[in-house]
Amino acid sequence: MDLIWDGIREAFRIMASGDYSVWEIAVRSIFVSGSATAISLLLGIMVGSLIAFNQFPGRNLAFSLVNTGMGLPPVVVGLIIAIILWRSGPLGDLRLIYTPTAMVIAQTVIAAPIVTGFTAAALRNLHPKLRSQLYGLGASRLQMLWLVLWEAKLPLLAAVMAGFGGAISEIGASQMVGGNLAGDTRVMTTAVMLEVSRGEFAPAIALSLILLALIFIVNLILTTVQQQERRS
Amino acid sequence: MRRWIWTGLLGVLAALAMLVAVGCGGGEEETATQTPQGEATPTPTAVVHGPKDVILATTTSTQDSGLLDVLEPLFEDQTGYNLKIIAVGTGAALAMGERGDADALLVHAPSSELPLVESGVAINRQLVMHNDFIIVGSEDDPADIEGMTSAADAFTTIYESGATFISRGDDSGTNKKEIEIWQDAGLDPAGQSWYEQSGQGMGATLQIANQKDAYTLTDRGTYLAQSENLDLVVLVEGDPVLFNVYHVMQVNPDKFDMVNGPGGAAFVDFMVSDATQDIIREFGVDKFGQPLFIPDAGKDEAEITPQ
Repeated sequence: MDLIWDGIREAFRIMASGDYSVWEIAVRSIFVSGSATAISLLLGIMVGSLIAFNQFPGRNLAFSLVNTGMGLPPVVVGLIIAIILWRSGPLGDLRLIYTPTAMVIAQTVIAAPIVTGFTAAALRNLHPKLRSQLYGLGASRLQMLWLVLWEAKLPLLAAVMAGFGGAISEIGASQMVGGNLAGDTRVMTTAVMLEVSRGEFAPAIALSLILLALIFIVNLILTTVQQQERRS
Repeated sequence: MRRWIWTGLLGVLAALAMLVAVGCGGGEEETATQTPQGEATPTPTAVVHGPKDVILATTTSTQDSGLLDVLEPLFEDQTGYNLKIIAVGTGAALAMGERGDADALLVHAPSSELPLVESGVAINRQLVMHNDFIIVGSEDDPADIEGMTSAADAFTTIYESGATFISRGDDSGTNKKEIEIWQDAGLDPAGQSWYEQSGQGMGATLQIANQKDAYTLTDRGTYLAQSENLDLVVLVEGDPVLFNVYHVMQVNPDKFDMVNGPGGAAFVDFMVSDATQDIIREFGVDKFGQPLFIPDAGKDEAEITPQ
């Protein structure tokens, strides 16, 4: 029990003193996972609207694939991306292994199916007459997409939260393609693992608390927006 | 007002996406602007051309003990290179070298290192430092091995008593040494119910042994660095077989297009330099009253190996 109190005390000490470069690690976590979520949202809207609005052979298969992707094990994603990005791998010339960019790529692979799945489900659940009505009012394809997305913005926000949650909490992929380099690719989850393996539990607990607070704040902001929207 | 919030959120996401794009380009720019800085340093190995990153594949013990945390900034300041430390087991580190996925290796399994040197994959192999392996366990010492002078005898006693033993099981240098000792004892613990493999680094394995009141083989450096968080005590030490020697080497740039030859050479030079050797000698003395590693650069391996 002492350990937990020590950890909590240590958490506040670390946050107040600004040492351990904990803020830097937190900012990097948000940046990497936020970027992956942003890219995932773009991909998710494209692919999600494609499979939600179009009838084509293999549509059910496409849905199943996306749903499978929602549960991709991060460590498998990490291994595959690492093999591709290693110098000895097919894209080794890009020299991306052990960079934040590699982590954004890996987290995008993890978050994109989640965002796509939520998006496709949200769009499919819109009133079926909405689209024909918009077409009837003379909307162009692009206008149509925009209006439909606007209509589905609340579930889309849930997609963003789920995607961000998946990205920021994974560790296997970040460790493998990022290498947990101090000041370069160390994020909250890999920092916690390192501290635990060093037997430094207090900073590990501190970092975990900060990670939780981080996820909470992001979700609080998004949920607040969602609620305001719903109330109006 | 609400629209404003939505625009703001969209803007944040768009800005992040842009930052990623710029970030990739920015990295290259940084390389270009950093180069003159490298030239300005007086070190002969300063960066002049080529890639700025040096990938070091090394053992978990050098990271878990905290030594590399001290050395990394010094190396980067002295040479202008950006050191990327990938802490894995010695087996994985050597495999990275074999594929050309690392520029320099800092490892501790001489018998596995030599094939790489013979095949020409690793060059410029130099002695850096040593410490020793120790057998640690709970104070109760259920197998009663405390004070034994032969590691093989201690392992035999553990085998016969069936007390829990945690193996790294990850093909690391420590794991290779452990297997060597089992072989010396003429025993094969694989498959025994009391013999467990953690598959993790030295630090994590010590934590597991600590929680399970089990025996394990560890390098002294990692044990000392973590001793304040451990109830484990040193039970067996001093057997010549427990000698633990670290070598640094660079990956041959002639074998792989992308290997940073000058960067690897700079790291080898850095590790065996007088200044670095002095830091290794002092590292941990203030905290533990004894150094975690004993510097050996320039010595003959045969001369320091206990007989």
